[in-house]
Amino acid sequence: MTSQTNPKAQRSFLTTMLSDETARTNLLLGGICVLVLVAMTAMRPNMFLSSYNFESMAFFMPELGILSIAMMIAMLTGGIDLSIVGVANLAGITAGTLFGMMAGENGSSVLGLGPVALGVCAALIVGLLAGLLNGFLISVLKITPILATLGTGQVFIGMCLVLTGGPAIVGFPAGWNAIGNGKIAGLPVPLLLFVAICIGLSLLLARTSFGLRLKMIGTNPKAAVYAGVRRGQMIVWSYMLTGGLAAMAGILLSARTNAAKSDYGSSYLLQAVLIAVLGGTNPAGGRGNVIGVALALISLTLLSSGFQMMRMSNHLIDFVWGGFLILVIALNSWRRHRRS
Amino acid sequence: MSFLRSSDAIILVILAVAMVLIGLVNPAFWQMSNLFSLLKSNVVIGIMALGVLLVMISGGIDVSFTAFAVAGMYLVVKVMVALDYNGVILPFMSATLIGGLLGLMNAGIIHRFSMIPLIVTLGTASVVRGLVLGLVGTSNVNINKMPTALIEFGKTDLLVLERANGSTYGLTAMVAVYLGLALLLHLVLKHTMIGRSVYAYGADPEAAKRVGFSTGRTMIFVYVTAGALAGFSGLLHSSMIWLANPRDFVGLELDVIAAVVLGGASIFGGRGTVLGTVLGVFILVMIQNSLILMGIDTTWQRVVVGAMLIAAVTVTALRDRRALV
Repeated sequence: MTSQTNPKAQRSFLTTMLSDETARTNLLLGGICVLVLVAMTAMRPNMFLSSYNFESMAFFMPELGILSIAMMIAMLTGGIDLSIVGVANLAGITAGTLFGMMAGENGSSVLGLGPVALGVCAALIVGLLAGLLNGFLISVLKITPILATLGTGQVFIGMCLVLTGGPAIVGFPAGWNAIGNGKIAGLPVPLLLFVAICIGLSLLLARTSFGLRLKMIGTNPKAAVYAGVRRGQMIVWSYMLTGGLAAMAGILLSARTNAAKSDYGSSYLLQAVLIAVLGGTNPAGGRGNVIGVALALISLTLLSSGFQMMRMSNHLIDFVWGGFLILVIALNSWRRHRRS
Repeated sequence: MSFLRSSDAIILVILAVAMVLIGLVNPAFWQMSNLFSLLKSNVVIGIMALGVLLVMISGGIDVSFTAFAVAGMYLVVKVMVALDYNGVILPFMSATLIGGLLGLMNAGIIHRFSMIPLIVTLGTASVVRGLVLGLVGTSNVNINKMPTALIEFGKTDLLVLERANGSTYGLTAMVAVYLGLALLLHLVLKHTMIGRSVYAYGADPEAAKRVGFSTGRTMIFVYVTAGALAGFSGLLHSSMIWLANPRDFVGLELDVIAAVVLGGASIFGGRGTVLGTVLGVFILVMIQNSLILMGIDTTWQRVVVGAMLIAAVTVTALRDRRALV
């Protein structure tokens, strides 16, 4: 994407090692998951292994997971989407504002299932439109993804502020909150949604021509165009998919917390980049898979929850996340050098 | 006459038009006190923007400088309070040094692992902020604890004018510091080998290497200077507002990047001037500060900045595309 990466070296290596490399990364991530699990259990057996701990993880993990997958999709074409958190909040706030208008004086909590479905649609449409805007800026006006999404992210957060005036929107309908807090057959709804999204996107990327074409654009844009891929159109679709997923994460976030605000989840941006890169996504494009991202998400969530149990300050956890990101970069680079 | 056709001239025209328009909506804009306070708001963002400009000319992007500014500012002020030290020169040198060392870390990681600067600096920003807040402290150093020498330094005025009612207002001397640094960077970029190597590297790293530039040295120069400017601007900020807040500057990186892009620098590297950046910063700060004067609600501020950034990058993207053909 930028001059510092060496796409040639990566590509020749990629084409030969693609399938094998992915499997190896996933195996490694699975190993890390088990390792973290064992280490944390050894240190705090009673707290860490409690069903309450796992249940709470199952409720808050999906938001970040969906954002990470959204980031991975943007990275597949060699781009990045820095506006996902803005989109997520805008989606939640739009739905909240809509509920406020529909309910009027009575308060939104009395609204039934019809309005809730309408709210979900509105939130998803906001996400798709936001993605359409990003895709338009990137593929038609040829703006670098970093700058385009940096700018639109500001606009989306700004629109959140304009809609709310600053404070959080609180009090969503009960049906809406069930999306974030409910259970079906003993399993948390967010987790079920996340698994469904994982399976759906996994199939989309691995088993359809759409997924193949996306990866082709990231691997070698010129070759993809010569092979008949409509690059501009594909990029717009991929950013719309990213936007839609970000909106989905926004729905879960506002449904779980029963509130929506312009600056919720701002730390998710870095974490989504980290999880995507850790999960074997190549930020220069061409490589990425849902299973890797899901495994990276699980291992980092376990790690985070373990640190919190050891009463480590939240700020030091930020430090660990950043350090982890740099470590992963270093490791990837080292492996690349050794092979090539 | 080449200046008239440069992008700096276009930015200057945009600036003049914007000033006239704001002045028409609210003549209070042209009051000397408003212009002075406008210049004052330029200083810290401007010094940071000089560092970001350097990184952008080299073809990278930096989102860690605000974290470095906080590290330089907060560590130095904390140590000054702890040792009961009162001075100006040594603290500013230390803050600059802290920023420079952190910049060295960026340069090392980016160059050694040939990794996208955005992702590296996202990581280092999180590391540095996490360490400062987690280990050094989370509470503000307020005016009653701030070293008096720093406050006095921040209060220095170049010239003082009197209002009709007898109260006075002045033009802060920090503007001179800012413009001095800008002039220095301009001279380095235009007239030294290391400055030219930044442009060469940004335009085409491979070509720069073949011509004989040491790319590692260029990267170190770029990121160390950017970090040092950030550290310096952090302490300058706290001496100007008489407060050291370890949570300061959150989200400011986007404004600064917007200002630099507004000033005509290209994210693809190889393009950008100090004059353009200084003008870009002025436009951004002026529009932000004038929203209230123009009677626009402040909640719209983020939307306006974002829209300006998108407009600026669209124009530069179109320009760069035309230049390539």
